[in-house]
Amino acid sequence: MGEQKRIKVLIAKPGLDGHDRGAKVVAQALKEAGMEVIYSGLHKTIDQIIHIAIQEDVDVIGLSIMSGAHIPITQKLFKRLGEEGVTDKLVFVGGVIPGKDIPKLKEIGVTGVFPGGAPLTETIEFLKNTVK
Amino acid sequence: MAVPRYIKDKKDQILDVILESGIHVKPSYTPEDLERIGFNYEKDVADPGTYPFTRGIHPLGYRSRAWTTRQYTGFGSPAETNERFQLMIAHGQTGLNVAFDLPTQMGYDSDDPMAEGEVGRVGMAVDTLRDFEIAFKNIQLDKIGAGLTINAVASIMLAMYQAVAEKFGYDAKVISATPQNDILKEMIGRGAWIFPVEPAVKLIGDTIEYSMTTMPKTNPVSVCGYHIRESGATPAQEIAYAILIANAYIDNVLARGYDVDEFAGRFSFNFNVFGNMWEQIAKFRAARKLWARNLKEKYNVKKAQNLFLRGLFGGGGYGLTKAQPENNIMRGAYYALVAALSGAQTTALCSFDEAFTIPTPHSALLSLRTLQLLMDEMGLRDTVDPLAGSYFIETLTKEMEQKIEEEMEKIVKYGGITKAVSDGYIQRLVARQAFEVEKGLEAGELLKVGVNIYKEGAPMDVELHEYNYETAEKQIESLQQVKRERSESDVARTLKELETVTKAGKNVMTCLVECCKAYATVGEMAGIFRQIFGEFQEPGLF
Repeated sequence: MGEQKRIKVLIAKPGLDGHDRGAKVVAQALKEAGMEVIYSGLHKTIDQIIHIAIQEDVDVIGLSIMSGAHIPITQKLFKRLGEEGVTDKLVFVGGVIPGKDIPKLKEIGVTGVFPGGAPLTETIEFLKNTVK
Repeated sequence: MAVPRYIKDKKDQILDVILESGIHVKPSYTPEDLERIGFNYEKDVADPGTYPFTRGIHPLGYRSRAWTTRQYTGFGSPAETNERFQLMIAHGQTGLNVAFDLPTQMGYDSDDPMAEGEVGRVGMAVDTLRDFEIAFKNIQLDKIGAGLTINAVASIMLAMYQAVAEKFGYDAKVISATPQNDILKEMIGRGAWIFPVEPAVKLIGDTIEYSMTTMPKTNPVSVCGYHIRESGATPAQEIAYAILIANAYIDNVLARGYDVDEFAGRFSFNFNVFGNMWEQIAKFRAARKLWARNLKEKYNVKKAQNLFLRGLFGGGGYGLTKAQPENNIMRGAYYALVAALSGAQTTALCSFDEAFTIPTPHSALLSLRTLQLLMDEMGLRDTVDPLAGSYFIETLTKEMEQKIEEEMEKIVKYGGITKAVSDGYIQRLVARQAFEVEKGLEAGELLKVGVNIYKEGAPMDVELHEYNYETAEKQIESLQQVKRERSESDVARTLKELETVTKAGKNVMTCLVECCKAYATVGEMAGIFRQIFGEFQEPGLF
């Protein structure tokens, strides 16, 4: 095996919610764990997020959603990813996510869900183990 | 700045206590500590109601008036919100605190593509005056004040509040609104900004200028250290940034030629209560003193009552946990105690289920009862500032004062608050502190019950508020109906006038009230501002 590639992650804030403490903490944690991190900034549309993800050629898209709109937002993301023919990006979600919504998110296509309070190490380990 | 933590030996004895603001707490305090800090009763604290107001702004404290209870409320349609308002008032709540949904906060109508999935979710949807007519129906607007959690479009919502009051037959002079209206804190935390710094601050200046004569009982700005603290700032930074932000708004109004005593007394504040309780109590006492001194020495404010730091101390959102959610009920009770011991004018608690979603009627009432039983059963109204004179509290208050001043100096040295926010300097400091605290939690240095200690036990289930997916459809239908019924020529005329006045850099408030009365939409009014002002460009952080 050659040199291991650095995992490249886009941490994105979709929609109108501006609570970004969690997103910024995760971004810093992934960076400290050796990953390359791009932070989208606030109020991004799904199309803007996909555009950044393609342009920066990230391995992973992490969405931080605190407004409760995680189901419609992820549905839209996967619909648009499909339309763009993008299938190589792993998607994880963090934020205010009730436990009962996790199966639904997985069904939509989200690989990892990390509700508020999930340890940072869990997210780091997940990405290290899942991103090929 | 520090990660708040305990240094212990192997037998669990505490060797050192480090507070988040970087202060070390000693095992005991004596008269020698007061001597060391040069404590002078008259100069440092003085009697309640006397400058520098460390002990409180009223001589009789809660004896003359209990705190106002103001649970944050609003969801779905204006009708559902009105129902919840009525419920809370029927249970003895003494003020309103209105939550708006994200499209409203961001100046989009419910039928805007940007609003998709968000209508009525985290607060009530407001498109036109019709929504306020429903939300405030049968509420006595001359008796009950309303906090409006709105910032980027606070000018529009304040105008709409005046419009609805007048429609109901109240004189604007008797109504009391407290819009948050603090855009610089939105740029540091919370993120509901739209326009660039300069025009955004100008709009705040407009509301202050307008309220002086038109709505003298209104508090046009509630400066929110609260959200800055939620975003990660230490208690010392929370107060330091809030004072500097308030000064930026004062400067805007002074530049219009007003005397500072005409408006400085209408500022109010919103601060957070989670964290080490002694540190918070010292923070509030020091904040009152520093705000009064700031106004007196920097701005030459003359009237004593204009020096008051009037505040909502409450919330505590970051302190609540998703793990073992019922523990948040107890946390809320202690946070309320902190607020009461600190002389809050107004209070509100995050409800125990708010780490999941917005509160149910059950959890919201539980929060209200927590506040009521504290005030009426436990003796918190008996005497003002009961901790005054404690060797520990007085020492800590003085140390807190120094820490806050240090944080203020850092920003002044950097080039001032607006530059520090525009460049992202403060955002970086706050994000770094949030990360350090998170690492402290994971390392087990900072203890959190149910999170990194006492994690065992049966999982606790909570009943959650459910979002109603029909809300958006109904709201859009209602908006379309208003659009069919309103006079398009009145709308066009008032919006045109708003555009002219905005371009000319004049005060927009009178025009906004006219637009609201013509049933122009929030999106139409904000759209004019967007087109003329442009949007804030978020500074890069990493």
